[in-house]
Formats: sequence, structure tokens, C-alpha cells
Amino acid sequence: MSLVKLTLKELQDQFTRAEVRASEIVRAYYLRVSMVEPKVKAYITLNDKETVLAEAHALDQELKQWRKTMPLMAMPLAIKDNICTHDLPTTCGSRILGQFRPPYDASVVATMRPHRFLLLGKSNLDEFAMGSSTEHSAFGPSRNPWKLNHVPGGSSGGSAAAVAADECVAALGSDTGGSIRQPAACCGVVGLKPTYGRVSRYGLVAFASSLDQIGPITKDVMDAAVLLNVLAGHDPLDSTSAEVPVPDFTRAFKKRDLKKLKIGVPTEYFTEGLDPEVEVAVREAIEELGRLGGEIKEVSLPHTGVAVATYYIIATAEASSNLARYDGVRYGLRSKQSKDLLEMFCMTRQEGLGYEVKRRIMLGTYVLSSGYYDAYYGKAQAVRTLIQRDFEEAFQDVDLLVSPVMPTPPFQLGEKIDDPLQMYLSDIYTISASLAGLPAISIPCGFSRQGLPIGLQIVGRPFEEETILRAARAYELATEWRKKRPAIR
Amino acid sequence: MRISQEEVEHVGKLARIHLTEEEKNAFSDQLSKILTYMEELNTVDTQGVDQMVTVVNQSNVLRADEARPSISQKTALGNAPAAIDGFFSVPKIISDR
Repeated sequence: MSLVKLTLKELQDQFTRAEVRASEIVRAYYLRVSMVEPKVKAYITLNDKETVLAEAHALDQELKQWRKTMPLMAMPLAIKDNICTHDLPTTCGSRILGQFRPPYDASVVATMRPHRFLLLGKSNLDEFAMGSSTEHSAFGPSRNPWKLNHVPGGSSGGSAAAVAADECVAALGSDTGGSIRQPAACCGVVGLKPTYGRVSRYGLVAFASSLDQIGPITKDVMDAAVLLNVLAGHDPLDSTSAEVPVPDFTRAFKKRDLKKLKIGVPTEYFTEGLDPEVEVAVREAIEELGRLGGEIKEVSLPHTGVAVATYYIIATAEASSNLARYDGVRYGLRSKQSKDLLEMFCMTRQEGLGYEVKRRIMLGTYVLSSGYYDAYYGKAQAVRTLIQRDFEEAFQDVDLLVSPVMPTPPFQLGEKIDDPLQMYLSDIYTISASLAGLPAISIPCGFSRQGLPIGLQIVGRPFEEETILRAARAYELATEWRKKRPAIR
Repeated sequence: MRISQEEVEHVGKLARIHLTEEEKNAFSDQLSKILTYMEELNTVDTQGVDQMVTVVNQSNVLRADEARPSISQKTALGNAPAAIDGFFSVPKIISDR
């Protein structure tokens, strides 16, 4: 089997047994990238092949002396381009950051460096992670490997497309309202958003700080656990990072069935607006979870209908504050058309920020502005409390919640770009778990008649990623979806 | 909810974004639609409900006030569009008069 088809765990096993050299891995992946990247456009910055090859050669030489490998050693990874890397530009898909070179690594990257992973490149995203299709990237959209005129989802669309197209063995994404889970569903791969606080946000360029979370996008559920083992943990550099014990997440797979697990199906998620093809695939997946021993129960999350409105007030408010730093003073683009300081700020942001980012900053500024703060932001934060309570109550009865990831299969490029509200509504099933800070995974559960992937979402209690992973893995092994690969044409 | 062009202009000033005429037009329309959609929130009774402050029940996290190594001045200025004598340089703020 071709090297690039292997999962991270499989590749790691081969490397550990010295059946494959790091330099062979690099050659295989650069060959693959050269073949499919012109069609998929998953990367903003591709790392220099000779640099990565030199690193691989060094690894191969050292390993002749001693054979002690770490889980990510020689693993070719893509990192979403809003996660700081000191050796490659970090653009956030925006003109305003230009060729920004972070002076430091994000904590997750710093944690992974001693593993000697191979950084293949920085993957594409909607500008500042604001979007559900990667069409809002200043560097152009990525394509869905299953059907190139369809979107790969977003905002981590480049990461998901790169994994699906075998342009890396696994990738890092970030999720604010669904930006890991939704592209994973669109591209037929696995995407895990950990509990808020589980993974350090230090060095993740901030969009909405109370929601942002880094997580893995992988070829299967096993790989998600392997990567989360490395990413998870307390970080003194992130004051919202949680001081909770980190288990070995792969131990969750010891149980191969779902016996004694209660699985809730939120009735509000199966109503108007859900595409029939998606509903059928997800309902069949839920039946499979039942066959695996799970006890299926209907539950209610009464505030589901107002989650999108709540999210787009809170997220844009936080974004308008976080993105105030892009003023042309300390880094990035500076407009040349300015006589004074104020004009420099305004023109730099006019020229450097894209349409969607401006729209969200405007919305966030409006809802925080004098006279409107209580009516919008204050109200939304109160509703957010109610949304969290919905989950707390549901989790008294059940251990997991299952639902679709997206109301429709992936849409065509350009289909929703002129209708921001329609685009926002494609996040309807992922947003609530984000607002409540809960861990959630997206795994493949079928295909549309057009051959586009459909995803199943499994949500768990705070810091119970193990339960999610156990259920996801049991389902994955009981079905064949992960074996289907895109033809890319 | 109707957001006029004047309101869009005002918010643009608050957000320090110069907007083109086309953007003012489009945003007036789109923000009106989005904010109308958000009025749904008024159907929810939030009387006596606390606003969420933190999703994981945290309190302030403090660290010892100790000097630690940091990046050099040269590195800190490395991405600056303009720098003079170890400072970030910007257009004149105070007039000559």
C-alpha cells in the first residue's frame, strides 16, 4: 500500500519498526502534494522540500545510533495557518498579516517540536477562521477532494482537505463554532474539538477567545486520540487552560462496544431545514450505535433555535475586540495612503481585511456599542447560560449526544457566498456545543447521492473526550466509511 | 431592525475601518437582515438568569511577578512596517504648529 494512504498510527508503527525511513516519508508526501495540490489548494504555505528532507535525513542518521521514537516522530503534518510557527509565515488567510513571521511557536507547536514531526506546510482557512467554506481566504478557496467544485467546509477547510487528499497524515485545526467538525464532515475525515480549556490556545491567533479551541483532524478516530494525547494539557501561558488530569486517550478503545452507554438524540436537531439525505445517514448511524449496545433515548435541548443568533453576537463581539490589534503599527500590512495616524488605521484595515471579516467586526462593534450592549451582548450571554443548562440537564439522562454535523451535504463554491445569514445557518448543529464549551467529534457516516461525505457529531460532557472517542471508534470499526477515498478529479 | 447608511458609517468609525460606498450599501442591507434574525433572542425569557462569564467555571489565574527572559527588541520589531531607533514608527500625531 502506498505510504500516503496509511493512517498516522500505521505510519508510526512502520517507522518505529524501521520499515520506512523518514526521508522516504518526505519523498512520498511531496510527490503526492505535487500531484494533487494544484487541484485541491489545501495549503497557503508549503514548506521547502529540501529543508524537510534535511530534517528527515538527520532523523534517519540519529536513529541508527538509538531507536527510541516518539508518537509524532517523522509524521508529516499540516498546521492551520492561524497557529503560530516560528519557521513558517502565519497569515491567518488575511492580507493584513501579509508574510507575518511569528517570533515564537504556539504552545501546541512547541509541545510537538521535541517529537521531531515534519511540518509540511500551513493550511488554508477562511480569513481569521471566520467562515464555513474557506471561500473567505485572501489566498483563494480550497476545494473539496470528493468533488472539486464543492467547498471543503470551513474554517479549517485546508486542514480537512489536506488530510482527505493524503497531502499530510494528519493536521491541526481550530474550532470556534464548528470550524474543525464541519470541514471534517465535508471532507469525510475525523475532526475533534476538545473541551474548552483542554488544549492551550497560546499562539492560536485569537478570533473569539471564549470559544476558540485547537484540535486534531485525522484519517480515523485512533489518530485523533494519538494526537490529542500530545496536544492536551495545562499551559501556564494560557490562563483559560484547565488544570485537569490528561488520560491516555487511546485507552478508551479497550472497550469495543457501547454497552451501558446512554446516547441522546436531541429532537430539536431533527426538524425543518435538515436535508433528507443527511437525516437518513445520521438516523442509520444512530441505529448502528444501538446495535453496538448503546441505549438510544430522545432528549430535548430547548434553546437550540436561538443558538446561532447567540453565537453570532458573542463571537463577533469578541472578534471586534480581538482584531483591533491589526492597525498597521507593529506587524503586517500598513496602508501607504495616509496622511495621519487615524487615516493610517482606517485605510490599513480597509485594504488589509476581507469582506467577511469587516462584516463581522462591524456587527461585533455594533452589538457592543453604547445603547445596544445590554440588548444584544448582555442578552446573548444570558441565553448562553441557558444553552449550557440545556446540556447539563440532558447529560443527567444520557452520556453522549448524537446529531448531524451540518444540515446539508457540502455546498458548491459560490452557492452561499453572497448570503451571509445562510452561511451562518450551516453552523446550526455545531454551535451549541461550542457555546457550552463541550467536547465534540465529527466522523464520517455516509455519502450523498452526489458522492459527497456526510458527518455524524458526537458530543460529550466536559473533559469526557474518552467517552466520545470510544463511541466514535466503535462506530468506525463497525462500518466501512473510512475505507472510501476520494478520486480527486 | 433597519441599519441606515449613517449608522453603518458611525460603526465604521468606531471600528476604525474606512468603508467604500459599495460596502456601506451592502453592510446596511446585510447587517439589517442579520440583526433582524437576532431579534429571535427576545423570545427567550432571561429574567434572573446570570450572564455567562466563563464556560469552565474559572476564577482569575495569577502568576508570580518575576522577571523572565523575553524576545529581544530586534525580534519584537522584526515584523514592524516601520521602525526607527528601536521604536515602532507611525505618521505624525502632533501637528507642527
